[in-house]
Amino acid sequence: MTPDHLRTALTERMTEEGGRWLAGACASVAAEPEVVRGLFPLVGRRCGRGPLDPAVPHGWTVDDAARALLLTAVPLTGTPLLEEIGELYRSGDAAERRAVLRGLPLLPVGDGALPLVRDALRTNDTRLIAAALGDYATDHLDAESYRQGVLKCVFTGIPLTALPGLPGRADIQLARMMAGFAQERTAAGREVPTDIGPVLALFPDVRVPRHRERADVRSATTDRPSPREA
Amino acid sequence: MRIFDPHIHMTSRTTDDYEAMHAAGVRALVEPAFWLGQPRTSVGSFLDYFDSLIGWEPFRAAQFGIRHHCTVALNPKEANDPRCAEVLQHLPRYLLKDGVVAVGEIGYDSMTPEEDEAFAAQLQLALTHDLPALVHTPHRDKAAGVERTLAVVKESGLAPERVVVDHLNEVTVRQVVDSGCWMGFSIYPDTKMDERRMVAVLREFGTERILVNSAADWGRSDPLKTRRTGDAMLAAGFTPDDVDTVLWRNPVAFYGQSGKLELDGSGTPGTDATFEGNSVLRGVRAEV
Repeated sequence: MTPDHLRTALTERMTEEGGRWLAGACASVAAEPEVVRGLFPLVGRRCGRGPLDPAVPHGWTVDDAARALLLTAVPLTGTPLLEEIGELYRSGDAAERRAVLRGLPLLPVGDGALPLVRDALRTNDTRLIAAALGDYATDHLDAESYRQGVLKCVFTGIPLTALPGLPGRADIQLARMMAGFAQERTAAGREVPTDIGPVLALFPDVRVPRHRERADVRSATTDRPSPREA
Repeated sequence: MRIFDPHIHMTSRTTDDYEAMHAAGVRALVEPAFWLGQPRTSVGSFLDYFDSLIGWEPFRAAQFGIRHHCTVALNPKEANDPRCAEVLQHLPRYLLKDGVVAVGEIGYDSMTPEEDEAFAAQLQLALTHDLPALVHTPHRDKAAGVERTLAVVKESGLAPERVVVDHLNEVTVRQVVDSGCWMGFSIYPDTKMDERRMVAVLREFGTERILVNSAADWGRSDPLKTRRTGDAMLAAGFTPDDVDTVLWRNPVAFYGQSGKLELDGSGTPGTDATFEGNSVLRGVRAEV
């Protein structure tokens, strides 16, 4: 996603009035960076909300896109830019935080904004977790944290198709963790989300273990083969 | 029956409550900032709470098909602790947020000079941020508290139709009815008001400018008291339209003055909001 992509997508989803407000807001921020703090909370009311592309679950929203463009208008770099977006994130409501996370790959911040990604991954808010695992995390987040983030998606019901880093960042460790997850779910007689299949398929050596080691907790449902074995 | 609970502290309730509230007809609510039962000792404790009111709690509510808004303020009890009073400086940035539809709960607890100061300062915040105000009235020496509340509201310059004076009863409602302020009633299992007494108040004063809430929190309270009041109104001969006025249209009109109420048809039968994600539902989608 580039600023131009966002602008094009927004023209179809935003009213003319919203577009004028955003253009004016970007110009104000370019002239005087600190005004972004007062404008950032207003974006949903002025530009609208709702998905940018209704076909994409957990994807960009209209207000995400408008806020990300506001961030790209901030005429700062390096530490001052990191401080400003950190402040917008910390003082933001859930929608503002989500927009900061989405906007990170558009900003010249290197890996300096990883603390914000880690903060979002500590929450249980699926909107924040999904946004935290966007292109920025794909490029910058360390392998261990990335795997934990993916598992958190599986646990909280975020479809793995929402993660641009998969299957590219899948590794054998992640496949092992998912196999373990599938085993627990099967042992509990619960459904195993089908979207872990593509990651497991990449590592045919990783098998979903049977759960017979814990015979004491077997129930009537545990003889069902796991999806991997079926 | 569609219900908008204009005053309920969901932070202290479980997902079972959200589920039962949705089943009873609750589709929207306002959670006013208040104390937590255990006094706070620092500003940081307030900020985490406010962040939850504009982040996690609306997310939790949405998963059960309920629209969550909030009000933000330094409450009167904690206005008396100098370690907490500093939170006033942080309020303006919260008042800009989408989900914050009023300044509240403000008002009096013990009617101290510190409470006077915080009350007046926050009425001014409501004025400058173009927001309504939710005013708590004291449980002790209530009649005197209501009188003093109305005087301070009048002096503030905030229009009376932008103020709700809450936790009223048969006695104190008489003081507020001529002020032009909205009248709030908290229906509790055994204190404040109950649903039968509420019906009597509605018979005497009509349905205009009246808000009925459960004010449910961590104390003995019932988040379904709004529904029980609706049922009691119907049983007493009020029409479904009267019930809709009190339990839906009135709170929408009052908090709608903020310009920030987002209901998206959530009160229209058959068009319940859909919700994504399910971390609160622990892997199971809500059935509504």
